[in-house]
Amino acid sequence: MDNLTWPLILGKAAVQFLPVWIALVVVFALSITYKRKLGLYGRLFDSPVGMIGFGIVMFWVFTALFADLIITHAPLEQISGMKNAPPGSLIKGREAEWYLFGGDSLARDVFSRMVMGARRVLSIAPAATLIAFMVGVTLGLPAGYFGGRFDTGTSFAANLVLAFPVILLFYLLVTPEIRDTGIPTVLAAVLFLFPVIFVAVLLNARYRTDPPRRNLYVGITLAIGLWAYSGLAFNADPTGVWSMDPNLLNVFVSVVFVNSPTVYRIVRGITMDLKSRDYVSAAQTRGESPWYIMLWEILPNARGPLIVDFCLRIGYTTILLGTLGFFGLGVSPESPDWGSTINDGRRLLSIFPHPAVVPALALMSLVLGLNLLADGLREESLKD
Amino acid sequence: MLLFTIRRLGVMLLTALALTFVVFYMTNLPPNLEKLAKSEASVRMSDEDVALWLDRNGFSSSVLTRYGEWLGVMPGWTRTAEDGTVTGRCITKGVAPTDAPARCGVLQGNWGYSTVFKQPVIEILSRGLGHTGWLMLSVMLVMVPSALIIGVLSGMKEGSRLDRVLSAFSIASTATPEYVSGVILVALLASATAGISPFLVESGLISGKTLFQGTATSAMDDITFWNFTLPVMTIALYGIGYIARMTRASMTEVMTQQYIRTARLKGASFPTIVLRHALRNALIAPFTVIMLQFPWLLNGVVIVETLFNYKGFGWTLVQAAGNNDIQLLLACSVVAVLVVLITQLISDIGYVLLNPRIRLA
Amino acid sequence: MSAPARPWTPDQPLLEIENLSISFFTRLREIPAVMDFSCTVMAGEAMGLVGESGCGKSTVALAVMGDLGRNGRVTGGAIRFKGRDLTKMSQSELRALRGSEIAMIYQEPMASLNPAMKIGAQLAEVPMLHQNMPKAEAWALARQIVADVRLPDPDRMLNSFPHQLSGGQQQRVVIAMALMAKPALLILDEPTTALDVTVEAGIVDLVNDLAAKTGTSMLFISHNLGLVHDVCNRLCVMYSGEAVETGDVSEVFTTMRHPYTQALFRSIPLPGADKTTRPLIPIRGNFPLPHERPKGCNFGPRCNYFVEGRCNATDIGMDTIPGNSRHESRCLRWEEIDWQAPPQGAGPRVRRPIGDVVLRMEDLKKYYTVSSGAFGGGLKKVVKANETLSFEAREGETLAIVGESGCGKSTLAKVLMGLETATSGNILLFDENVQDTPIQQRNSDTVSHLQMVFQNPFDTLNPSMNVGRQIIRALEIFRFGSSDAERHAKMLELLDLVKLPRAFAERMPRQLSGGQKQRVGIARAFAGGAKVVIADEPVSALDVSVQAAVTDLLMDLQRENGTTLLFISHDLSIVRYLSDRVLVMYLGHVVEMGTTEQVFSPPYHPYTEALLSAVPIADPKVIKKRIVLEGDIPSAMNPPPGCPFQTRCRWKSKVAGGLCESEMPPVRNLADGHQIKCHLSDEDLAHMEPVIQIAAE
Repeated sequence: MDNLTWPLILGKAAVQFLPVWIALVVVFALSITYKRKLGLYGRLFDSPVGMIGFGIVMFWVFTALFADLIITHAPLEQISGMKNAPPGSLIKGREAEWYLFGGDSLARDVFSRMVMGARRVLSIAPAATLIAFMVGVTLGLPAGYFGGRFDTGTSFAANLVLAFPVILLFYLLVTPEIRDTGIPTVLAAVLFLFPVIFVAVLLNARYRTDPPRRNLYVGITLAIGLWAYSGLAFNADPTGVWSMDPNLLNVFVSVVFVNSPTVYRIVRGITMDLKSRDYVSAAQTRGESPWYIMLWEILPNARGPLIVDFCLRIGYTTILLGTLGFFGLGVSPESPDWGSTINDGRRLLSIFPHPAVVPALALMSLVLGLNLLADGLREESLKD
Repeated sequence: MLLFTIRRLGVMLLTALALTFVVFYMTNLPPNLEKLAKSEASVRMSDEDVALWLDRNGFSSSVLTRYGEWLGVMPGWTRTAEDGTVTGRCITKGVAPTDAPARCGVLQGNWGYSTVFKQPVIEILSRGLGHTGWLMLSVMLVMVPSALIIGVLSGMKEGSRLDRVLSAFSIASTATPEYVSGVILVALLASATAGISPFLVESGLISGKTLFQGTATSAMDDITFWNFTLPVMTIALYGIGYIARMTRASMTEVMTQQYIRTARLKGASFPTIVLRHALRNALIAPFTVIMLQFPWLLNGVVIVETLFNYKGFGWTLVQAAGNNDIQLLLACSVVAVLVVLITQLISDIGYVLLNPRIRLA
Repeated sequence: MSAPARPWTPDQPLLEIENLSISFFTRLREIPAVMDFSCTVMAGEAMGLVGESGCGKSTVALAVMGDLGRNGRVTGGAIRFKGRDLTKMSQSELRALRGSEIAMIYQEPMASLNPAMKIGAQLAEVPMLHQNMPKAEAWALARQIVADVRLPDPDRMLNSFPHQLSGGQQQRVVIAMALMAKPALLILDEPTTALDVTVEAGIVDLVNDLAAKTGTSMLFISHNLGLVHDVCNRLCVMYSGEAVETGDVSEVFTTMRHPYTQALFRSIPLPGADKTTRPLIPIRGNFPLPHERPKGCNFGPRCNYFVEGRCNATDIGMDTIPGNSRHESRCLRWEEIDWQAPPQGAGPRVRRPIGDVVLRMEDLKKYYTVSSGAFGGGLKKVVKANETLSFEAREGETLAIVGESGCGKSTLAKVLMGLETATSGNILLFDENVQDTPIQQRNSDTVSHLQMVFQNPFDTLNPSMNVGRQIIRALEIFRFGSSDAERHAKMLELLDLVKLPRAFAERMPRQLSGGQKQRVGIARAFAGGAKVVIADEPVSALDVSVQAAVTDLLMDLQRENGTTLLFISHDLSIVRYLSDRVLVMYLGHVVEMGTTEQVFSPPYHPYTEALLSAVPIADPKVIKKRIVLEGDIPSAMNPPPGCPFQTRCRWKSKVAGGLCESEMPPVRNLADGHQIKCHLSDEDLAHMEPVIQIAAE
């Protein structure tokens, strides 16, 4: 057995991704068949740009899901003699086993680490973006709708956060020392409260006229929400279902913190625009509560730009996570996430480029996919 | 207009104060101070010794007081030791305590002393800013014109082939953060083993080992095309995509406006329409974006200077933050925050000046 | 190059459109927008293109300009301008014609002017492009034309940016721009739709004068038959992409020979129509979508004279009607129909007696504080949106509130609804003081009894909630019924009430037409058994034929429920048709109030007089006195001293001592219930002549 040539490397890699290809084919076949019944998601399949973007994004999502089936080696396994091995190197002393994309400076398999990195990135970025959206929406709606002091105050705070260069903020927020002071926990306590408030207010506004049902729904929300909240923010969940590694919590909270002011500004802007619509006046003239108007009359009609921004923002969050990894902030040294593998690889970049280039291309393609998806969605949502 | 500027300046000052206080607070957290004490005095200090050291060096008063001292609005701390020697924030060696000024903070021009570089902060900072200034200038010169041209060209005929090609480029470049494009550019153009350099060496087209240099350390003394291109392109690429997309969006919107139809139905030719009628209106929005791009450029600068080992402002910031150099980090933050706030101000004023609708309304 | 067979002479048609067909191409299909359209404009003629939205009239205009956009294409026929076929010209040939030989005036003046260029530069560009005129000369010409369109202070105008001008001034600038190269043909696309009535009258006057002076031919596109009557001498009625009738304005207006034209005239409120004795007759059915046009006559499914197997058998061509006025009609049966027969099914209706007072306003004032300047710095200014309003409305009565933009009628509605609280004064609603109670604090009975119908049908429904759900939500909030099933049943009943099919409950608002959306809005307003309904221009955004149907629905509901209707409108024709009493507002003041009869006959308040004269009427029998107001409506931020109307009043000179400029006129009672705010002496008022007279036949 020899070292592999490039066509063979790519072929073997493609075979490793087999579960992903199957899943992609199934999703596309189903979606295209039923695209007329699937609303905006279905119309995505009318736009080539959107389809490509969706394809790339789903590729990485399935990679993250099936990572265990795809990897050829354990991400931390070091095999002697494979230090900085070029792509397609045959593992010494083994039959038909290669480091497809080569080995890194600690003789680990670059391919497997990239695949596991996808899992790590995709488990943080969408969740952090979602929470940032809940925070931004919960604050942006009343700021745009009521204006006045609340608006002035929250806008000032948002501008404060936005005036910080992101890297400086990360250097201040994501350090081992900070964790001792409990600041991340405080931030988590504040930020994680918003999703609970959001859902509770949403249901309360909708079922205000029907108290028994309202009490049931809001009760369930509060029970589940506060349970998860206690676990995630304070690590105080007695059952232990909800918990978060303090390192991860620190990174997660900082990313949410950086993202929410921008979401807040977008939501505030759209709200100010939509609140002068007649259907809002109609809701006012039948005596609806302000929160009902904000959450059920305004928010659903802002969904187009928000969905688009959501996709873009997941990409941005991925970039931010990479930045954190690049500066070695808040991640354990053996973590396979893309930012830190790029950071590890850059030291020998001009001699052995592959350990840094592989995760770099992976990150780029995921963000590109998200951008294309957002573009496709924007195009299709404007066609109404 | 004047009133507007004054109000804006007021808000800006308030923001700057709030931000510097936050940074001050975050850098002066107890664990950081403890680390400082241990690195300055001895690593094996007991907790009492740490407290004693901090007290001796003026770190025991409240955060607000220390912030005031640092800012220079409160008198610097003084302390008389048991042996009668007076030490204090503003008392430097060789100056009698009675002659020392009462206040010595940022406002008096005293930025403190760097524990990492063993130099006054102001010197390190001005050197770093000098280097970064050249980098930023080159980036702007590359980024702004190319981004605007790409944006206008792709926006003037939405959906054309030119538009599709240029849009694809912009989307790809916004999807490539600096640390990715830097790595790829180096691998492609400045690696002795990969990319195009080996071929160029073989064919004898270049004399060195690589086409471009993978570090920019030499650019600190002498900027050349070969050592500066990669860092500049790395920062510019991300910005080009972003600004070009904004310009394109603005341009396509303007091109569907009724006054463009008016111009067309006046008998104006397409170039006239684009240059005379569309361009100015289309550039209002991107202008704001370019100005607000500065904070992100700052990010890019930090990443690129680290990646290419160019000892400018960003590199200094990373060193300060990584080594718990409190005074230097504070100073870097002040500069960063000021840059952001000033560009915001310029963007606001520029927007008003560019847009006749607002100026005279 | 399509060289003309022989040189064009003025006795030949200036513009000749022959069997023109235009289609738009989408990803899914071809959508024909205009089919087999022909019309001829002679030199000096003003041709009106009339039709409802979507009938293709603007597409025709854009085709003449050669500017159909990327998706539109001429699929057949020819457009000959001075004998040369425009459809076969190259882009550069077209460019040479545009702006110099053919010029266009658009609907929205603000959007049509470049916001970042000075007026002068935009005007001077035209001769600089077409005649290579030097810049200085072009500016001098611009100055002269600006003076010609009667804009004040031409030098300042030239150096202004568009946003510094009022809507009326902007439209004059657009007209000036069109005239810069002295075109042979002027296309006007709804040039006054975005303007107030009194401003519109000024523009119409200007256009008429200029046409008479320069002899320019005009293609005037409008949905308003009255305007066409005022401006044009020829007319072409379009329906669903086809011309259905064409001829001289006076002839078509009196002896129309197409059922659609007839139906159109029967559905607009002309003087003499009355909601009880001579109600309007709406055209049934809906305008067909471009890809759902019926076979044969497009108007067939909505026509009263439709004959199965004949009207829907083959395509129908234009037929010439004997006479010498080039009168044509696209109807197979025009010779058989008895055009003089009175309309069917439009018998008089029972008038419901008017009951007790349900709403009383006493000295209501609403002031806003706004900060001037763009940046919220500046001085605080008080805007007096409503100034000492007093009136009452009774059960089953229709009270119309009339006025142009900025008169405070919408503020009045907001205060009444409780969206804003009054600055001072009293509002008594069902014997309850509500002036200080914002809507959240009103109990659900009060809220459900006072409801509102909104102006813009495209905005009145939440686009992301289905129709049924929106009505059910109103029922929930009004605490109607105790179960979801009960509310669902009631929702279906409400749909029946507004004559919408029950299947609409599942539809999303975007699947409904404007008129249907407005019906849903009405159903929602009546969900809680409203006693008082404020209708804020409920039909002004709808097409003429739909207007009548929605108005009809409102009247029916009012008759059945004894609802008090506060009808806010700027359209005096419809006000005269349906209201019992009228209240005329100007800059926050009620300048005149009385029964419809009293307000529409002398003595008038000078503003009412001008307003009446400004409304275009599509009836050649009506003789109107022409009163054109100078200038624009002053801003409510900066009202003139004394009488608010004094800046534009033509009677001001009759009042001695400059009283109008210094003192607010008192409220005077002229007759029982007829109030007017004016300094004019009783004698002057008594000498006022009626503005509108119907000539004896």
